[in-house]
Amino acid sequence: MTLSRTTRRLLAGLTFGVLALIYLPLLVVVVNSVNPSQSMTWPPDGVTFEWWRRAAHSAGARDALVTSLQVAVIATALALVLGTLLALALQRYSFFGKHSVNLLVILPIALPGVVTGIALNNGFKGILGIDLSLWTIVVAHATFCIVTVFNNVQARLRRMGTSLEEASADLGAGVLTTFRLVTLPQLRSALLAGGMLAFALSFDEIIVTTFTAGNGATTLPIWILNNMFRPNQAPVVNVVAVVLIVFSIIPVWLAQRLSSDVEAAR
Amino acid sequence: MATTDVADARPDQAPAPALRGPVARPGSRLLHRWVWLRLSLLLSAPLAWMLLVYVVALAALLVTSLWSVDSLSSEIDRTWTLDNFRTLLDNEVYRKVALRTVGVAAAVTVIDVAIALPIAFYMAKVASPRVRRMLVVAVLTPLWASYLVKVFAWRVVLSEGGLAEWSHLGSPGYGLTAVVIAQSYIWLPYVILPIFAALERVPDSLLEAAGDLGAPSRMVVRTVVLPLLVPGIVAGAIFSFSLTMGDYITVNIVGGASQMLGNLIFINAGAANNLPLAAAIAMIPIVVMLVLLTAIRRTGALENM
Repeated sequence: MTLSRTTRRLLAGLTFGVLALIYLPLLVVVVNSVNPSQSMTWPPDGVTFEWWRRAAHSAGARDALVTSLQVAVIATALALVLGTLLALALQRYSFFGKHSVNLLVILPIALPGVVTGIALNNGFKGILGIDLSLWTIVVAHATFCIVTVFNNVQARLRRMGTSLEEASADLGAGVLTTFRLVTLPQLRSALLAGGMLAFALSFDEIIVTTFTAGNGATTLPIWILNNMFRPNQAPVVNVVAVVLIVFSIIPVWLAQRLSSDVEAAR
Repeated sequence: MATTDVADARPDQAPAPALRGPVARPGSRLLHRWVWLRLSLLLSAPLAWMLLVYVVALAALLVTSLWSVDSLSSEIDRTWTLDNFRTLLDNEVYRKVALRTVGVAAAVTVIDVAIALPIAFYMAKVASPRVRRMLVVAVLTPLWASYLVKVFAWRVVLSEGGLAEWSHLGSPGYGLTAVVIAQSYIWLPYVILPIFAALERVPDSLLEAAGDLGAPSRMVVRTVVLPLLVPGIVAGAIFSFSLTMGDYITVNIVGGASQMLGNLIFINAGAANNLPLAAAIAMIPIVVMLVLLTAIRRTGALENM
C-alpha cells in the first residue's frame, strides 16, 4: 500500500498535534507552580517560589506520601507473589475451569472502579464488620494489582517455552531448584515490569481507595482530592502535581532501558 | 547408529530423571511425580485470595442489594426485599444518571477510538523506527502521570481566567463537556496502546500485497487493516468504557453540579448510610459490563488485555 504524501503529512500532523495537546495541560500545571496568583489565572504575571516553599513544609502532604508508599509497597509485594503463582499455574498446566480463573483475574480491572470499591467496602464494613484502615486499602489494591504481574509473567513464560526447564530436570535438578536457578532468573525483567506497573497503579489509585480508606489512612491521591478545592491549598496541590509529573518519567525511562537491554541481548 | 536413534527417540520409556538423580530430595520427588500437587500448590494461594476477597465481596454485594435499611435505627434489615430495585426503576433521578453515565462512557470511547486509530496507524506503519520509538515513549509517559494530576490540570485549564478562556477558543467551563474532554484525555493512551500493538502484528507484506493487487489505500485500510485490528480496538474500547463508567472523581472536579452513578453509590455508601441502596445502584454498571463482556468474548479481545 502506498500512501500519498498528503495522507502521510496529514497523519503526522494529527499525531504530533494530539501529542502536543496531551502535554499542554501538564505544562500548564508546571508553569502554574510558580504563578503568583493564588487562583492560577493565565497567563502568570510573575514568578514566585512561595508555593514550593509551602509544599516542602506541608506535613499533610508528607504523611500522605508515606502512607501511599507503604500501601504501594505491600500491595505490590502481595501482587508479585500471587500473580507469579497464578501465571505459572495457568501457563504451564491445563485444568478444568482455567478460562474462568483467567477471567476472574481480569475482572477487578475490567469492572468499573466504583463496583470494586463498593463491593469491598460492603464486604469489609457490612459483612465482616471490620473498620476501614490502611490494611483494607492494601487488600483492595493487591486484588487489582495481581493482573499486571500476571500478564507480564504469563507473556514471558509463553515466550520462554519449557525446554530449559526440562533440560534442568533431566540433569537432575528438583522442581524448586529448577524454579530458583532456571525459571526465576528468566522472569526477572517481567517481574520488574509487572511490579512497576502494580506499584504505579496502587500509588495512583483513587476511586477504589475512597471506598476502602479509613479515617486514619490518607493516601497522596486522597490528600490531593481533599485539598484541591481549598483556595489557599490549591497552589500547594499544584506543586505536588509537578513533583508527581517529574516522578512519572522514571518508570518510562526504566522501561525503555529494560527493553533496550532485551534487544541488546538478542 | 540407527538402533540408538530408536532408543533415544522414545524418552517416555526412560526412568523419570528426578527419581534417578541423587540430588532430588523427597519433597522435590513428590512434586515432580504429582502434577496435581504442583498445580494445587501454585493455584491455592492466588485462587483463595481472589475468591475470598473478590468473588465473595461481589456475591455479598448482590445479597446486600436485596436488604434494606431500617429508617429508625439505620441498621441494616436483613429481610429479602426488592424495594431498592423498585426505587431505581421508579425514581427518575436514577434513570437519568444511569443514562448519563453510559452516555458519557460511550462518547469517551468513540472519541478515543477515533483519535487513537490514525495515531496508532501512523506510529506503527508510517513513522520511521526512530520516530516510532520516540512516539511510543511520548504516548507512554502521560500514562504514568498521576490520574488526579491530569484531572487537576484540566480543572486549571478550564477554570475562570484559565488558559482556555484566555485563548479565546471558548471555554466549555465546568460541566458534562468538561467531563468528556478530561476523561477522553486521561484514557487516550490506554486506547492507543492496544491498537498500536495489534497494528504492529499486522505484517507490512500484507498491506503491500493488497496494494500490489490494485487496492487503493482506503480499501486496504477498510478490508485488510481494520478487520485485523478488531481485537485491539475492542480491548481499548473496554478499557475506556469501563474506566469512564466507574469514574466519579473527574465529575466531582470538572463536572460542575452533574453527577454520575459513582457519586450516587459513594453518597449512599457513606454519608447517606444506605449500603443496600448503594449495592443496588452498583448492579447497573455490573450488568452493563457483563453484557458487554459476554458479547465480545468471542472476538478473542479479552486475551489481549
